[in-house]
Amino acid sequence: MKFWLGQWKHPRYKTAGIIHVLVFAGFILLASRAFGLILGISDHLVLPDRLGRAYDIVRDYATTVVFCCMVFAAIRRIVFRPARYAVPRKFGKGHPADAIFLLALIAILMLADSLYAASKAAFLAQQNQPTEFLALLSLPWVFKYLLSTASLTSLQDLHLGAYFAHDVTFFFLLCYRPFGIQFHVETSLFTVFFAKLDRGTVKPVRWGVPDTQLDQVNSFGVKTFEDFTWKHILDFYSCADCGRCSDNCPANAAGRPLSPRFLTIKARDYAFQHFPVFAKSHNSQSLVGNIYSEDEVWSCTTCGACEEECPLLVEYIDKIVDLRRGLIDQGNVPQSLQKPLKALESRGNPYGKMEKKRADWAKAKDFQQLCDVKLLDGKVTADTLYFVDSITSYDDRIQSIGRATARILSDIDDNFGILGSQEKDSGHEVRRFGEELLFMALRDQNIQAIKASGARRIVTADPHALNALKRDYKDLPPVEHISQTIAREVRRGNIRFSKVEDSSKVYAYHDPCYLGRHNQIYDDPRSVIDAIPGLSRVEMRRCKDRSFCCGGGGLMLFYEPKEDERMGVKRVRMAAEAGANVIVTACPFCMVNIEDAIKVAGLEGKMSVIDLAELVDQQMVRHEPATVSSQHPQRIAHREWTLEPTTVRGG
Amino acid sequence: MEILVCARRVPDTSENEIQLNSAGNDIERDDLVYSINEADNYAVEEALQIVSRVGGSVTVVTVGGEDDEEILRREMAMGATHGVLITDDAFLGSDGRGIATILAALVKKGTYELILTGIQAEDGGAQVGGMLAAMLDYPFASLVNSIEVLEGRKLKVSREIEGGNKEMNEIELPCVLSIQTGINEPRYVGMKGIRQVASIPIPTFGANDLGLDPSLVGAVAARVKRIDYFVPAVGKGAEMLEGSREENIEKLVELVTAKGGLN
Repeated sequence: MKFWLGQWKHPRYKTAGIIHVLVFAGFILLASRAFGLILGISDHLVLPDRLGRAYDIVRDYATTVVFCCMVFAAIRRIVFRPARYAVPRKFGKGHPADAIFLLALIAILMLADSLYAASKAAFLAQQNQPTEFLALLSLPWVFKYLLSTASLTSLQDLHLGAYFAHDVTFFFLLCYRPFGIQFHVETSLFTVFFAKLDRGTVKPVRWGVPDTQLDQVNSFGVKTFEDFTWKHILDFYSCADCGRCSDNCPANAAGRPLSPRFLTIKARDYAFQHFPVFAKSHNSQSLVGNIYSEDEVWSCTTCGACEEECPLLVEYIDKIVDLRRGLIDQGNVPQSLQKPLKALESRGNPYGKMEKKRADWAKAKDFQQLCDVKLLDGKVTADTLYFVDSITSYDDRIQSIGRATARILSDIDDNFGILGSQEKDSGHEVRRFGEELLFMALRDQNIQAIKASGARRIVTADPHALNALKRDYKDLPPVEHISQTIAREVRRGNIRFSKVEDSSKVYAYHDPCYLGRHNQIYDDPRSVIDAIPGLSRVEMRRCKDRSFCCGGGGLMLFYEPKEDERMGVKRVRMAAEAGANVIVTACPFCMVNIEDAIKVAGLEGKMSVIDLAELVDQQMVRHEPATVSSQHPQRIAHREWTLEPTTVRGG
Repeated sequence: MEILVCARRVPDTSENEIQLNSAGNDIERDDLVYSINEADNYAVEEALQIVSRVGGSVTVVTVGGEDDEEILRREMAMGATHGVLITDDAFLGSDGRGIATILAALVKKGTYELILTGIQAEDGGAQVGGMLAAMLDYPFASLVNSIEVLEGRKLKVSREIEGGNKEMNEIELPCVLSIQTGINEPRYVGMKGIRQVASIPIPTFGANDLGLDPSLVGAVAARVKRIDYFVPAVGKGAEMLEGSREENIEKLVELVTAKGGLN
């Protein structure tokens, strides 16, 4: 109801959104009478007298508003042509005439409706009979005024003519609807009703088939059009081609060969071609290589910007994942992804590093003296499990996020530990890249290790791990992101901050997709940053649920996309535009992408990036004086980290 | 076309940290993960592509122990029709010639028209393909980076020549080819594929099954013996350019030009 009747997502685009809300409201109001009219039962809505009259007035205005909206929308389409409606040549031709035609049809309906009412009113007025009241300055009122001198016969003809025109247009529109975007009026009701509401999850390989019986499923994922679920096919028919998804898609903005809008439109065109009304349907063809390209399918970072925007709640991530499952099943995987996938299978991390070295980040000399991280091997137990995940365990640069997180946990006296070599990659991207069975193997090993650890809660500093443990795993102790832990401790007064050293710096917080959009954690990281005295923070143009993905995490680091400009570079420029010179993020992959992007954008020295955990670690007032000293090597190292070469990265 | 691909299981160089054992005569094998030798994987993919064009079957064979069955299954998951494991205590310690002798015995038992090997094993010496061809008295082409099936039991193969050039050859079937990496893009083998072939029985052959005289193979017949294994001393590292960005660019262009990198 919120998204359909409430039109919740429409005002995110002001002009088009308001027009849509008005037209939608007008349609709802008019529909009741229109049904009465076309059936020829009565030209009045059967309502008690006063209410009926009130309805008539509202109806007159509704007709007028819808008509004005049509005119305005047509002008917008013809004269202003918003960029997001444009159809790049690679995606085929646009249908601008179709849109205008639809607007015209609706405008005719409104005109005919008004003339019908106006001619009747004028007729009665000329005969000095009591007439129904026409709302001041509404379309029928204007027509009545214009028709006040017309002859009675012509008024009668006009009355009938308008009725006829209305009916013909209406029924034509009714029959014509399934072939264009106007079909969304009907289908959206079902699309929205059946929409997936659990964020951050991925649909199972096949609905209704439990994990244990997956071996009996012959074909995984979507290979041909018919492999899509009925809901996904309904999505294709429902799409109103408004372009909001692609307008927000970072892959599209970076010039990758992916546009969520055309993922849908191409599928719909395919459906019309292959399942025609008056001929036999054609044999199913493989989608990838025909209407989609491989690069298109691998280009998505599953950031969720498209789904966040879609007013009709069309699902994209599940379709992309299903297409990838199909490609994986056919062995059609880019060479750059095969090695990390193989390494995940044999070593439990995409880098092919030794399992026994997974906890080496915690053994750095300076660090271990200050903060001894427990290894939960079954004999040693702790209340809290810090789930580190692969990149934080193995990447030289990112290990510092792990150490910062551990120091914070230790300073708030949390009794915590890590799994060490027992921990495997969370498999978050493994699943989203379509390798479901490998994901399940990793998941099962982790669940077993977590349960054996006896921990009662789980903390992670990696939003991808957070999302995996929270959404993809089942029956685990409660999981939270370190930013939630920190925010709570700040509120409780257990974490206090010292003033920032350089108060001229301006900070901007970049929302990681899997912390923000997929898990709705927007305020905790901000409240932590704002609790640091002397720190000034600005918001980027695209923030919170409209945050712009910096390039994707996990296996995406290994994928070599075809693009004009890196997403991260675009993101760094947005931060610069907002007047920031420090980007704070809360995800190891964002750190990798943004740090690289700063170099690519040539903004080294002008822009820097720091993880929330690192920032907190740096600004925290410690319990013991020894660790407060700003002269400590760990502190100084913070500033030097950006200069260190990284050893573990994709590619 | 009946194709036989000879494959080998090796420590995966991208996923291991290779270290010498304390005796210094081998690498530390405790924590190693193994996979199919990369060039052999390309050979299997090439065989599968040929079969998809002209029909036939692909058999993958390896000489080794029980553990090596893993790579046969992986290649069967890729699409290979059969896997054959050749294992016998008598084969232990075989040198390249020994392995070629064993494989030649298998070829003689079957009706294979095309025998593919990888260009070399990552821990091997690139010998088996050539020796196998000689023992079978088949024509041989090495470093093959494309294969086209011609009419009249002939193949057109290109070979990679130093400097990136290609040499085109016609070769008669049956023949042995050693396959260069990069000839194709091997398909991905997922967990699902591996599970689906997990229970298919893999035939195992020993010296008796192949009619081999044990004195011709194994350690007793090996004429090449490994006597040492060492990591070479680290040489001079990379040259670091020091100077302004412009100076560095100029110097870099100069260096690359001097080495023939720029024309």
